[in-house]
Amino acid sequence: MNAVAPAGTGVLDAALQSAETARYRAHDWFAVLRQQGWHSFQSLPMPKLSHEKWRFSDTRTLSLADYAPAPEPTEAQAAALIARSQLIPDAAGLIVHIDGYCVLKPSLSPELAAQGVIFESLEDAIKHHPALLNEHLLKHPVGLGGDKFAALHRAWLRSGYVLHVPKGVEVKQPFVSVTWTLTDDVAVFPHALIISGEQTQAAVHDFHFSAKPDQRALAISVADIHAGKGSQVHRLAVQAWGSATQSFQIDNTCGGRDSLISSVNAAVGSRRSRLENAVRVEGEGADIRLYGISVASGEQEFDQRTLQIHAAGHAKSDLLFKNVLLGKARTIFSGLIKVEPDAQHTDAFQTNRNLLLSPDAEADSLPGLEIEANDVKCSHGATTGQIDPAELFYLQARGIPLATAQELLAQGFLEEVLAKVGHEEAVAIVREMLRQKFHQA
Amino acid sequence: MADIEESQAQREAVEIDRSKGDFKFEENYAFDAGIGLTASTIDYIVKVKGEEEWIREFRQKALKVFESLPMPTHWATEDLSNIKFEDIRYYLSKGQKAVRTWEEVPDDVKQTFERLGIPESERKFLAGVEAQFDSEAVYSRMKEELEELGVIFCGPTEGLRDHPEIFRKYFGKVIPMGDNKFSALNSAVFSGGSFIYIPKGVKVNQPLQAYFRINAENFGQFERTLIIADEGSEVTYMEGCTAPKFETATLHSAVVELVALKGAKIQYITVQNWSANVFNLVTKRGMAEEDAEVRWIDCNIGSRLTMKYPGVILRGKRARGEVLSIALANDGQHQDTGAKMIHAADDTTSNIIAKSISVGKGRSTYRGLVHIPKTLKNCRNNTECDALLINEHSRTDTYPAISVRGQKNSVQHEASVSKVSAEQIFYMMQRGLNEGEAMSLAVNGFVNDLVKEFPMEYSVELKRLIELQMEGSVG
Repeated sequence: MNAVAPAGTGVLDAALQSAETARYRAHDWFAVLRQQGWHSFQSLPMPKLSHEKWRFSDTRTLSLADYAPAPEPTEAQAAALIARSQLIPDAAGLIVHIDGYCVLKPSLSPELAAQGVIFESLEDAIKHHPALLNEHLLKHPVGLGGDKFAALHRAWLRSGYVLHVPKGVEVKQPFVSVTWTLTDDVAVFPHALIISGEQTQAAVHDFHFSAKPDQRALAISVADIHAGKGSQVHRLAVQAWGSATQSFQIDNTCGGRDSLISSVNAAVGSRRSRLENAVRVEGEGADIRLYGISVASGEQEFDQRTLQIHAAGHAKSDLLFKNVLLGKARTIFSGLIKVEPDAQHTDAFQTNRNLLLSPDAEADSLPGLEIEANDVKCSHGATTGQIDPAELFYLQARGIPLATAQELLAQGFLEEVLAKVGHEEAVAIVREMLRQKFHQA
Repeated sequence: MADIEESQAQREAVEIDRSKGDFKFEENYAFDAGIGLTASTIDYIVKVKGEEEWIREFRQKALKVFESLPMPTHWATEDLSNIKFEDIRYYLSKGQKAVRTWEEVPDDVKQTFERLGIPESERKFLAGVEAQFDSEAVYSRMKEELEELGVIFCGPTEGLRDHPEIFRKYFGKVIPMGDNKFSALNSAVFSGGSFIYIPKGVKVNQPLQAYFRINAENFGQFERTLIIADEGSEVTYMEGCTAPKFETATLHSAVVELVALKGAKIQYITVQNWSANVFNLVTKRGMAEEDAEVRWIDCNIGSRLTMKYPGVILRGKRARGEVLSIALANDGQHQDTGAKMIHAADDTTSNIIAKSISVGKGRSTYRGLVHIPKTLKNCRNNTECDALLINEHSRTDTYPAISVRGQKNSVQHEASVSKVSAEQIFYMMQRGLNEGEAMSLAVNGFVNDLVKEFPMEYSVELKRLIELQMEGSVG
């Protein structure tokens, strides 16, 4: 346990947790789920630096007891942030949360509702779709070391959304979720549950924001994606919490037969953020693409852990994580491709590229492979370096100042990943966030 | 079912080959410290070797460090837990001091070397053969011209006793005793190995060789090697091992320290072919000063579990480090090898090329570390690791760790996993080769660019060893 934190305060307060759980008396199964989370949180040890899954990443300065649930926002506060949440004009639905309270419920078009599409707040889904949730909610194992934080998420689970696209339905417009933190020292636990049925198509954009730039908060987000046979799921997750936020994001994806999944994780916010993104290829013919993009500045630390498990053969996974580092920032990329014994004819690739724009920045890279089948094509590559001086010279020779030239080249470096988002407005938003980071630094 | 037959076929192939080195003579060791490790074992070793008090203190301290460190199973294989430290013999020797002439070597030891096939002719052109039988060097000879050049080539006991002004300065400095559990163990019980000093500007054009042997059941070999190449000198050292087979596991835990002073070059070549019951847990590290170069050429074919990550600390400007590594893991084997490059000065460069082949149910692992701290500029590293998987249940892992800061530093790392392409095999079989020959040829082709870096006699032996390991892996 964390030695500096006095036990029994904030999110460590057992009475507070069980009082909140008591509110779910009408939904016994959910109360049980929260209780289980609390018990496993208590029994799991705090991860240590010496643990391979936490190598380079130090949690000793993290004091969970400093964060607690916040009171509900006022109507005026909600209205202001809802206004700032209108990012994607063609959204199929928009859901907005502030400090763990749903302040805008999505309204689906009658057409989508008629097709049986479910896009609801977790709170509502608990009441309306217990069977669906029982089958899918928090069913994935946590494979990348964040068990203790995932358990805390489970213990305090309250807010988030559920998206279910039933068999055969194709939705072109993205479902959008915007999650805000407003009160300082708030603890939030946003959850995303995405279930795509057979032969479906869906896109999801998840934005994580803070109301003010230097917001202090603890955010432990979990997203579970169940991609059914032949389905297509495209997800964009934007981590732009305030600069004093401690954040964890634990994403788990299961790809069924012939599914096509792409996920883009963009990170600009938080003091320290950890992303755990695990995908499991469960059916033949699946095609999974994982992308990461970040600009880290100041004293930020971005800790990225990825896992590509191939449990079925004849499938493909490809990963590309690109980081730009400014100031004293640090990024850790740790990726593992795991090919299980019978997953023959697997193609799995993994690439991490880090661009150091400051002598004080640090990029750590731990690309890994564990291959237990022989008829596979697997590779990983990791590079860390600076901007090519010849390219800088070329731009400078044409009258572009050094700082601008650097920024242009760094943005060009990131553009490769932005191109994968596949939604114009979303790309513009992310591009602007990345651009702003250069100017802050 | 096919798998079982296949692996049996492989084992036979291996055993037939190994039978040549598979023998054991009666053991009547004059000096035997018994089984297990306590403070009194160390006192015994010190007494038998006639070592000075500071060495006793060094050993005793190392024992405490060894006992205090946990087994590194939080990242390494659980197989380490199968080592029974209390059943191991930590020291035994023939009771001889290193001898100069062939005539003084006892007959049964000579017989051992006869069986090993160290040819008479080879001794003539090899500069100096430090042949190690169990833990004590029993035979050492150097050509007169090497001695005239001032080259020192002896064991650790003689080195620390006769040339403390040279060796004590660096002994235990490149690899401190507390570096890891096994370097601590070695520091406590080391005996045998090579201490070499090459004076300023001397370029030794013939490789120095040492043969290591284990010939007692439950007996661990803890050799200690320290090579110091003074300014502007050059040396190549070769270490090769074959070991007889035993019923119970044997532990081999060496510590090898290399010091390349300004402008010096050291090349260290290993062909490891311990029998498949040996735990081979070795710490090897070199230090390269300004403009110096340390090059590890490492080939692992034998042992049950090898954990070995040769490293270079690049301490002076423009220093260069290189690791070339070949690993072949067959049934029941785990080759956990890799490289470490610690950049500690500007303009340093390092290169790692690792190739591994997993046959049958063999498992090969690459573990690497590249570290460039923030105060440095213009450092470069290139890492390539390629793995070849032969059979359906062959396994390979890659775990590099790369940490970069500072200015104008760049690293690149690439790894790939593949199998021998069916087209290649088909092409060769069409031209009259059988499948096994074709496979063996393809595998030799895969490692060929690395094998070429070995001295001629080693590369020939290596190719032959790979061919034998590949026998029966297909069909």
